[in-house]
Amino acid sequence: MRTAVLVVALFPAVLAAQSGTPRKLEVPYRQFQLPNGLNVIMHRDTSVPIVAVNVWYHVGSANERPGRTGFAHLFEHLMFEGSKNVKEGEFDNLLESAGGDNNGSTTNDRTNYVDDVPANALELALFLESDRMAYLLDTMSPERVNGQRDVVKNERRQSYENRPYGMASIELDKMLWPANHPYSWPTIGYMEDLTAASHDDVVQFFKKYYAPNNASLVIAGDIDYDKTKALVEKWFGEVPKGEPVEPIAPPAAVLTSVKRQTMTDRVRLSKLFIAWLTPRVFDPGDAALDVTSSVLAGGKNSRLYKRLVYDTQMAQDVEATQQSGPLGSSFVIETTVRPGHTVAEVQKAIDEELAKLRQEPPSAREVQRALNQIEASFYRRMQRVGSFGGKADQLNSYFYAGGGPDYFAEDLARYTSLSASDVQAAAARWLPPDRRVELTVNPEDKK
Amino acid sequence: MNRRLRAHGSRLTAWTATGLATLVALLIGSATAFTQGKADRSHPPALGPAPRLAVPPIQKRTLANGLPVWIVEQHEVPLVQVNLVIFAGSGDDPANAFGLASFTAAMLDEGAGTRSALQIADEVEFLGASLGTTSSFDSSAVRLNVPVRQLRPALALMADVALRPTFPPAEVERLRQERLTALLQAKDDAASVAPLAFARVVFGTTHRYGTAASGTAATLKATTAAQMREFHSARYKPSNATLIVAGDVTAAAVLPQLEAAFGAWPAAAAPARTAVPTARQLTAGQLTIVDMPSAEQSQIRIGWVGVPRSTADYFPLLVLNTILGGSFTSRLNQNLREEHGYAYGASSRFDMRLSAGAFQAGAGVQTDKTADALREFFKELKGIAEPVGAEELAKAKNYVALSFPGEFETITDLTAHLEEMAIYKLPDTYFSQYIANVQAVTAAAVQKAAATYIQPDKFAVVVVGDRKTIEAGVRALNLAPVRTQTVDEVLP
Repeated sequence: MRTAVLVVALFPAVLAAQSGTPRKLEVPYRQFQLPNGLNVIMHRDTSVPIVAVNVWYHVGSANERPGRTGFAHLFEHLMFEGSKNVKEGEFDNLLESAGGDNNGSTTNDRTNYVDDVPANALELALFLESDRMAYLLDTMSPERVNGQRDVVKNERRQSYENRPYGMASIELDKMLWPANHPYSWPTIGYMEDLTAASHDDVVQFFKKYYAPNNASLVIAGDIDYDKTKALVEKWFGEVPKGEPVEPIAPPAAVLTSVKRQTMTDRVRLSKLFIAWLTPRVFDPGDAALDVTSSVLAGGKNSRLYKRLVYDTQMAQDVEATQQSGPLGSSFVIETTVRPGHTVAEVQKAIDEELAKLRQEPPSAREVQRALNQIEASFYRRMQRVGSFGGKADQLNSYFYAGGGPDYFAEDLARYTSLSASDVQAAAARWLPPDRRVELTVNPEDKK
Repeated sequence: MNRRLRAHGSRLTAWTATGLATLVALLIGSATAFTQGKADRSHPPALGPAPRLAVPPIQKRTLANGLPVWIVEQHEVPLVQVNLVIFAGSGDDPANAFGLASFTAAMLDEGAGTRSALQIADEVEFLGASLGTTSSFDSSAVRLNVPVRQLRPALALMADVALRPTFPPAEVERLRQERLTALLQAKDDAASVAPLAFARVVFGTTHRYGTAASGTAATLKATTAAQMREFHSARYKPSNATLIVAGDVTAAAVLPQLEAAFGAWPAAAAPARTAVPTARQLTAGQLTIVDMPSAEQSQIRIGWVGVPRSTADYFPLLVLNTILGGSFTSRLNQNLREEHGYAYGASSRFDMRLSAGAFQAGAGVQTDKTADALREFFKELKGIAEPVGAEELAKAKNYVALSFPGEFETITDLTAHLEEMAIYKLPDTYFSQYIANVQAVTAAAVQKAAATYIQPDKFAVVVVGDRKTIEAGVRALNLAPVRTQTVDEVLP
């Protein structure tokens, strides 16, 4: 190990017999705040001569208003179209010419931008990111909005309308969340809202949400801490501070009964979704539901996979996911029904397995298998500094969640401290049979 | 929602190279002290010299049975990746058993040694490991990623899976149904139908590259456990394989473990590989509409027979494709996405295999702009014949050459590149010469490659979309003779 990038940790649960006291999973960092409120986090990792510049704006589709859904994501597209000192197209041209890659993504809760560059292009990335943070509106125009509106509509067509079962997730969120809850509409937005988005909306949105005090910047990789800090001050110091952003106050989201719905799609097989509202990310129950998803549908021996896909073969696949968010989470089971079988048959088997898990804790082996997989995944995520899900992105994610950037060990401990009865308790409390959503997607000719 | 599209490959598939540069951080760009004034934004900051790339040594060894072992130490994270690559893939399928190599590889972890499919899965997961079995047209592989402290038991499992699969009849039937159902489901998805239909048009039904690696429903139904057993016992030999290791191990410490796991694999010769014949090149334009009623987008693929991985024009083609459709700022993406908004993204690629794979350009475009999009595709495909400007050339070369180290951050990526070196017998100097080879590409070489490999008037076009809406407009372009097919006709 060349540098103290990561204090090599062992796997407490797996390796207790082989190793001594487990060491801590750690990502060392330095943090400071500019006078304009921008939080900056730096992490040095010299294993490869590249630097990840990662900016999170603390705004997502949850901040949108009805009638303008999809706007946070459309806005993200506009961030690449040039700013006062960066001509249209030059953002990408300059980075590619330097050997860099860049991307952005939008979720319900945040928008992130990643620039992965050779170490000598760090200052270029800071120039580009600071210019669009400070001066995006100087060259914004209705034509640019129109151009990206068409691109985003095609992104929606490609990922939703024209993808098998693509519309189901939009329908599922509508069923799960109350109509005025910000998770009830899709991040990609409704087509008519994308049509309605205007240049004036862009101006208002930028002024409200794209201020340094509503963002955080992580720089990770082959850097020198002092020089990097000076460069950040040089390029971001002049970005004007904005008004504080009011936290979102979502209405209560509670399911009180079973909501059922059937839709059709241009598909050959039926799909069943069963979904519940569950605890927010990092709240009690959240980690236990991750383990529950693994006990139910992680690997051949998991309960639903083994019963539906392996033993009876009435399903082609089954997945279970705790989709965690800061304003609330959902737990979704999704399965594709094989020809010759019915949705009702599959649902009955799922319900029997859920009933078992609510009544009786899983075996120690089932839980440990899941925990060992989760632990290994923490280490796999330690390899890359850049891109989505790399160390820079994770530092920003933990920072935004409020626990501090280096929350890796604490996050892992949420899982390793769980017992089998915690998993049973989570299933019993959060996955009840009588308060949930059931969505069936049938082939069009089946109706 | 990501801004970028990575739908059907934005780069040449054959990425190779090295990584793990351990380098001095060259933070160029003066670190001026913070002042109350504003930064000078009249020019982008100067870059200074790119960091030097230190090539990681590949430690080459051989086990007692002749199995070559390549080891790259990477001590950043306590993980290790072990890939056993077998030099047999779908290209080695018998003419009447397309899908055999793929099915065989998929069966490896469905029962092996004394363990059942469920036992293997349970033990792998309990170790925190991931163990995958896979195959492509040119090779098959068993790939293990595991916390280094669990390497020994994981290697024992891996060796069982790779060397002693049992092909239990019940598991064969289960996987057969799973694969048949997957083929059925592919018919729902225009983005899945398009590449399969395109391959069929370009290579035909008898050439191996014209059919999916997994075969057709008919060949899947006909494949037997006995055929798989025979394919495995003939092809999975130490003399026909390479074991690739990267991660938090030293060669000295890991070799005895590898010997213990794989040393008992008896040395034996594998049958000589019969190369997939080079497909007959297309000589006249043709256009196929595959009807997907009510589709909101048309999936377009355009191209013909390209080049094998062994082409002497590898680096000019790498640069050429980056300019044409291999990067975000490429001409196809700028035109179809940024200029016209017809698509979320457009790209092109050369599938380089042991024999010549396809060159293809493609995108998913909104249905009512299908003909307009085709017109723009052909404009760019024709335009690439003109000389490329110095700035555009430099950008493409820098993008490919300077982004090189980032390809090697993870041991999974690193071993994938090592696999490529083994499969295509690339020289030991390949990594160290890579950047220089990219930078040596001239405008003349790009132009010559374009003239040779991009001849749009002979290309095949496949459009998977809503025929009733798009057909008239597509025919009116007069690009080539048009025929129409159903999904069931292109995916029998």
